Amino acid sequence: MQAATKVSQQQLTGASGQSVTCLRFVGDISSASKEAVVGTYQTLDKASQKHILLDFREVEYLNSSGIALVIQVLIEANKSSQTVAICGLTPHFTKVFTMVGITKYASLYPDEAAALAVL
Amino acid sequence: MTVTSGSKVEVRLPSRLGFEKVAMSTAAGMAKLMGFSQDRIEDLKTAVAEACINAMEHGNQMNASIPVSVVLSMKSDELEVKVMDNGAGIETPTAAPDIDRKMTGEEEARGMGMFLIQALVDEAEWVSATGTDDQSFVRLVIRMNKEGE
Repeated sequence: MQAATKVSQQQLTGASGQSVTCLRFVGDISSASKEAVVGTYQTLDKASQKHILLDFREVEYLNSSGIALVIQVLIEANKSSQTVAICGLTPHFTKVFTMVGITKYASLYPDEAAALAVL
Repeated sequence: MTVTSGSKVEVRLPSRLGFEKVAMSTAAGMAKLMGFSQDRIEDLKTAVAEACINAMEHGNQMNASIPVSVVLSMKSDELEVKVMDNGAGIETPTAAPDIDRKMTGEEEARGMGMFLIQALVDEAEWVSATGTDDQSFVRLVIRMNKEGE
């Protein structure tokens, strides 16, 4: 009954010239999204893909189980010395991500351009 | 349409993940009729969704044939939402999530629903069933103007 999560991957370049792997999510992010969120992250090469940008601009629904999947990505990325940035959250979910402490381990940006300007 | 204090809407959802969005949309529609701001509506939507998911998962053990009942009552400047299930109830809400403990695996990544509910609405009360014919419920109250603002 839960809507599917679509994810696409794109290589971008940050302002400092480093490669940034962007995972763009579309649809719902909930407990049914583990493969799309954690599974897709796990296909990345931890040695060469050091900067990850999670793009939520086209996410229509996000709940606490979905946020927990983002935290799972942060846990694995932290162990692999990868940096994770997040963009495209609505003001409401920017507030929620801040409330649960995600900003301690991932920077939030309003959009992709703002993230790439810093990465 | 005139929105009157005392108007009530009841929604019954199968305990199947995804149906919480029906309650979310209903709550958002009622809050909009009452003139809530968009940011308060977003707070309400997340709180209602989390309350329904908890009722489905922990209360009704994901038995799709047991419904989660959601009763939304309009008051003069607030909306009350009661989410009822057939579980034993929760005595004490969970503590606020500790991101550092989650990152080290000392705390599960999941388990933020009750914290979000408490943080996003003005009142949140969990009441356990007292008899076999009784239902456990969480009662949420969200006001048009958040306290302290």
